[in-house]
Amino acid sequence: MPDVTANGAATIQVQNLVKSYGNYEALRDVSFQVQKGEILGFLGPNGAGKTTTMRILTGYMPPSSGTARIAGYDVFYDSMEARKRIGYLPETVPLYTEMTVWDYLDFVARLRDVPNRDAAIEHVMEMTNIGERADTLIGKLSKGFRQRVGIAQALVHNPDVLIMDEPTIGLDPKQIIEIRNLIKSLAGNHTVILSTHILPEVSQTCTRVLIINQGKIVAEDTPARLSARLTGAAHIHVQVATPAANIPSELEKIQGVLGVRVADADAGIYEVETNQGSDKRADLAAMVVQRGWGLLELRPVSLSLEEVFLKLTTTEEVTR
Amino acid sequence: MKNVWTITVRELKALFVSPIAYVVSAMFLVAMGYLFAAILANTREASMRATFNNMIFVLLIMAPALTMKLLAEEQRMGTIELLLTSPVHDWQVVLGKFLGGLILYTVMFLGPTLYYVLILQVFGPPDYGPVLTGYLGLLLLGAAYLAIGVFASSLTQNQVIAFFVALVILLLLWIADAASVVFGVGAVSDVMTYIALPRHFNDLFRGVIDTTDIVYALSVVAVSLFGATQVLQTRRWR
Repeated sequence: MPDVTANGAATIQVQNLVKSYGNYEALRDVSFQVQKGEILGFLGPNGAGKTTTMRILTGYMPPSSGTARIAGYDVFYDSMEARKRIGYLPETVPLYTEMTVWDYLDFVARLRDVPNRDAAIEHVMEMTNIGERADTLIGKLSKGFRQRVGIAQALVHNPDVLIMDEPTIGLDPKQIIEIRNLIKSLAGNHTVILSTHILPEVSQTCTRVLIINQGKIVAEDTPARLSARLTGAAHIHVQVATPAANIPSELEKIQGVLGVRVADADAGIYEVETNQGSDKRADLAAMVVQRGWGLLELRPVSLSLEEVFLKLTTTEEVTR
Repeated sequence: MKNVWTITVRELKALFVSPIAYVVSAMFLVAMGYLFAAILANTREASMRATFNNMIFVLLIMAPALTMKLLAEEQRMGTIELLLTSPVHDWQVVLGKFLGGLILYTVMFLGPTLYYVLILQVFGPPDYGPVLTGYLGLLLLGAAYLAIGVFASSLTQNQVIAFFVALVILLLLWIADAASVVFGVGAVSDVMTYIALPRHFNDLFRGVIDTTDIVYALSVVAVSLFGATQVLQTRRWR
């Protein structure tokens, strides 16, 4: 099977992936593509199918139906070729606690047939900032260091594709930032898929998000556009200089305004909800100025990714 | 083959830093030392035959202890996910683990018993033919035991379960011919007599090399390792 990335095809191609365990369908017809150099975030609640998708991509388990290709190689039929091109950090970091960091990375590098092993190991230890722990037993390392050894392991053969299942889980805030920066620095040369259920992670690290719920992709876009698409100008943030009790009821008289929420009564901040698609900013401004409330601020609010996530993943619960 | 060796070497390092190998080996040597001394005192015979016969029974219990962790621990710790997503075939993982166990067995179990031969040499040189074929037999038998242990270890992530599954399989193979009577004379009875473990090693301990015995041991190894590979593969589908 030829490497088709050169002529513009996606590095990762996933088509109609289905994975069922008995009657339970963990993945239901999942399709997506990832271009070279992208960082794709897999977002979804626990049990949504993130890990299952990653395990199929890495060749750990085969799909029930559908295909997945890494750099043109089918992960099932050309498994060895596909695996050579993947670095994988599973959810449970696969560490041998009785080995030293160096021995462990050396073992992985040997399995991966890395040329110039020592230099490669030193390089990834530097990248992940574990250089001074080369001779420490992995069992004696803290959670943060173990996670970094896991990432070093996934990078040691300089893979085209990096797949990381919850890479920042269990780390402290400082370590999380370090790891995120590391992941961001990988973009361009490596194609990255990472999964998370922490939303800020996606908006901070990923170039594209794929929200997955109950085995299906429910949304796919850039973090910014995803928030925008769902909100438009539906929410408008208004701040006035002279707050008054009757402001909400007055604003609600404008046609197209669905409701007004007092966000901060003392500061005079109101959250106005309007019909999707109808821009009511001019009408609101006109009324505030006309009544002499003193317009300080007026802007559309896009929902945070967190709210988008909740909105997308809870709709099914609501309609059920 | 390089992948197999990489896994074997890692396994050996792990086995030599874990206390299990040392404890099991020490217990084995305590039991064997006692038996050797007792046999020597009673028979006053410059021969290893009786010692070998006792050894294969003691190993019945010791071998599963040596192999129980090989694949079970990988599954419990999640490191199996690293191995099965590396560009390594499942059979290479199984074979690598098995070789690790076999090398450890040879060095830590068989190796130290050579001094029994040395003791015999001092008091009256034994006939070295049966000693050599005896050790060949122990190597083959050990390989069969360990392969069964690897298979048992592939079934579970619990080392204790792996130990008992291996022990029971070995016991059943040990006594298979005893139950053959139940089936009267016929194919089933013949098969049960053939698969019984001990009878295949008596000849070797007496100094007779019979290819059927060698084929038997290698078949047990092949079938067990093939089984373990299949178990790993079906694990992917679950």
